[in-house]
Amino acid sequence: MSRQSLTKAHAKITELSWEPTFATPATRFGTDYTFEKAPKKDPLKQIMRSYFPMEEEKDNRVYGAMDGAIRGNMFRQVQQRWLEWQKLFLSIIPFPEISAARAMPMAIDAVPNPEIHNGLAVQMIDEVRHSTIQMNLKKLYMNNYIDPAGFDMTEKAFANNYAGTIGRQFGEGFITGDAITAANIYLTVVAETAFTNTLFVAMPDEAAANGDYLLPTVFHSVQSDESRHISNGYSILLMALADERNRPLLERDLRYAWWNNHCVVDAAIGTFIEYGTKDRRKDRESYAEMWRRWIYDDYYRSYLLPLEKYGLTIPHDLVEEAWKRIVDKGYVHEVARFFATGWPVNYWRIDAMTDKDFEWFEDKYPGWYSKYGKWWENYNRLAYPGKNKPIAFEEVGYQYPHRCWTCMVPCLIREDMVTEKVDDQWRTYCSETCYWTDAVAFRSEYDGRPTPNMGRLTGFREWETLHHNKDLADIVQDLGYVRDDGKTLIGQPHLDLDDPKKMWTLDDVRGNTFMSPNVLLNQMSDAEREAHVAAYKANGTRPAA
Amino acid sequence: MTETKQRSFPKIEFTDSEAGALEFPSSQSRSYNYYKPAKLRATMYEDVTVDVQPDPDRHLSQGWIYGFGNGPGGYPKEWTAAKSSNWHAFLDPNEEWNQTIYRNNSAVVRQVDLSLQNAKRARAYDAWNPAWLKFVERNLGAWMHAENGLALHVFTSIQRSGPTNMINTAVAVNAAHKMRFAQDLALFNLDLSEADVPFDGSAHKEVWQSAPEWQPTREVVERLTAVGDWCELLFATNVVFEQLVGSLFRTELVMQIAARNGDYVTPTIVGTGEHDYDRDLAYTRNLFRLLTRDSEYGESNKALFGEWLALWVPRCLDAAHALQPIWSQPADKSVTFADSLDAAKQKFRSLLEDLGLDTPKELDQ
Repeated sequence: MSRQSLTKAHAKITELSWEPTFATPATRFGTDYTFEKAPKKDPLKQIMRSYFPMEEEKDNRVYGAMDGAIRGNMFRQVQQRWLEWQKLFLSIIPFPEISAARAMPMAIDAVPNPEIHNGLAVQMIDEVRHSTIQMNLKKLYMNNYIDPAGFDMTEKAFANNYAGTIGRQFGEGFITGDAITAANIYLTVVAETAFTNTLFVAMPDEAAANGDYLLPTVFHSVQSDESRHISNGYSILLMALADERNRPLLERDLRYAWWNNHCVVDAAIGTFIEYGTKDRRKDRESYAEMWRRWIYDDYYRSYLLPLEKYGLTIPHDLVEEAWKRIVDKGYVHEVARFFATGWPVNYWRIDAMTDKDFEWFEDKYPGWYSKYGKWWENYNRLAYPGKNKPIAFEEVGYQYPHRCWTCMVPCLIREDMVTEKVDDQWRTYCSETCYWTDAVAFRSEYDGRPTPNMGRLTGFREWETLHHNKDLADIVQDLGYVRDDGKTLIGQPHLDLDDPKKMWTLDDVRGNTFMSPNVLLNQMSDAEREAHVAAYKANGTRPAA
Repeated sequence: MTETKQRSFPKIEFTDSEAGALEFPSSQSRSYNYYKPAKLRATMYEDVTVDVQPDPDRHLSQGWIYGFGNGPGGYPKEWTAAKSSNWHAFLDPNEEWNQTIYRNNSAVVRQVDLSLQNAKRARAYDAWNPAWLKFVERNLGAWMHAENGLALHVFTSIQRSGPTNMINTAVAVNAAHKMRFAQDLALFNLDLSEADVPFDGSAHKEVWQSAPEWQPTREVVERLTAVGDWCELLFATNVVFEQLVGSLFRTELVMQIAARNGDYVTPTIVGTGEHDYDRDLAYTRNLFRLLTRDSEYGESNKALFGEWLALWVPRCLDAAHALQPIWSQPADKSVTFADSLDAAKQKFRSLLEDLGLDTPKELDQ
């Protein structure tokens, strides 16, 4: 369809809306934002007549590549180190995708602009596409990769795992609370515009370097829909900016959304890219370098900074702090070490790091070895059952961390941990911003104004609480992370499948009692707690034993 | 002489990571094992849909981690008055997922596109009589608003609220159908306004907004969009409105008389909407049959649906009766309003029977 006829067709389609006089659509999902003065902003033009064939063509290319991968025996060259992490990633990501679909009516309810409604409804269908195409990719992995365990229980594992819960924010955050906070600022303005770059472009590139060209095939196809979504988000953002009353809420939401996305996405994708790859070429970009390109330059400098001309204060300090956490404070390395510490309650296997890996890390992140090298050597030393417990229960100079109440990634940069009594409970936070998110932002009043539509942090937020004081073997069994022989764990701290004696079983992990740091913290006296927190924070820079 | 930069690329390594390369516990575990498929072997639809939206009643151990300011987050079952002992039992009989959505709708796009191209090439609109042109201009023009309103403010809206992914995805596809169909009607309207025939492409706005015969229909559509209970909204729209107003207009009028008035294009386009509704009614029927046959809540659901029928049937019948004058507008009046309404009512009765619901007394008033 030519541009001229597309413009004409789009103009015609706008005639389909009307001003209701008998009843107005129910407001199921409220917002504290106001759009009374908002100019109508036109999103990217899209009509169904061109949309469906375009997407069908994109699909055909994806499925053609999938057939080709199987015919070409792609799995002969896939790195297990890489594909194991996909058991985690692909268990998480279809839920955020489908949540994005479910978020669209929230934005439609909130924004009085029929032209945007059309774009949002198209986005809804895109998101159904993304969710199901990703589930299908995972199924292909399960069918063709050497070790299907973990893929086979994917959605159950996602729903009962500590890491799945971290990822679930990147989904529940789209569909809950203030409609604009959730469906526009968190989902579109930050998650889709900024972080899909690392999720759907940077990470698939790394997959290809590890012999997997299906992840890029699927995710680049997904990413090609994102420009329309970004346009939807930007249109609504500009409409919101037209009303001065929205400014404090926009600034609140940009701070929350930016920081939460950083905490969650950088934790996961940083780990997958840095610790899931076998490609250790020195000129291969590190996650920090990718982040600089995709997030700092492409998003912060090109998208966020120009918003200042509308008088919006953007969270420069948090962008800088996120950068500092990645480059100076070892955020990604801490997360990877935490995931590896928890291997018995994972549904994927984590490979050990080798000298080649050490060399690469030291080159990209000077000082890495002194902080993490010994721990990974211990991980390697303790990889097989028989003579030792899982590493979490051995003395290797690593204290199991407190969980951040807000982002649910543990408080891994220990010196930054904030401990406060909130809602009559002692809670720990990974950072001042996560504390602010719980104590200030997600409340019914903000900066002296009522914000009844803002969401609330709910649920059993500390995963460890559910399993407090239980035997590790019982926990693993309860979670269902056991292979079909009824005894061998799905998670293993190595990739050796050839020798049954190297595979950990329930009996190998039995006898280790798992304790919740938050339950213990709340049992302490004030003096005990203060001493405990001080020691925890001081432990941040201690090299591993 | 400039130095050529050494190209750098990752090295492929043969890892023998194919299925079957080794035998070990779970090496043959190649199906999703966290749900029970409806038949012995899971379908593609089930594999890519079931449990993607988690549920605290199934595997979601930490519960929903965000809540609304005034209530729980996630997908509360309390968002409808209808009850089920197992919402997850619902599966979409159309088995819609990514590939079917685009394949089916692209096929429709191609069919409509070809038909419109052929009509232009053959100057088909030149042969239409003025009364039929006016009929299409006014009535098909008004109807496309209803389709669009249902797409954006009924079906798109519902798919946030259902308690399972299977329900919400089926409804999302329903929204896509409606949006495509409404747009196809609008673009058909554009084609006609650009053809060399007396056709006012903007008349539809006034007709929908003010023409007396269409106001009760617009009123029902607007009242539908104002319903907060997602299940009532789905029931009132797909079971009641679509039968008594949608099918009455599309099936019992347009599809019956267009060809007799020299028009082979309109039935082609409206036929796609009919095909969509056929599919959408199939999932709707399955869902509500599940609810009326529920061992625990079947009877209370039937009573609830009876209340919904008592509310929506009169409204939809008012809309249907108000449309009566348009049956007189075409030159060839091959069907009467009374016959059309009888046919629509008969199909509606049959649908209610399928669902195990009593015919409301309002239908015979």
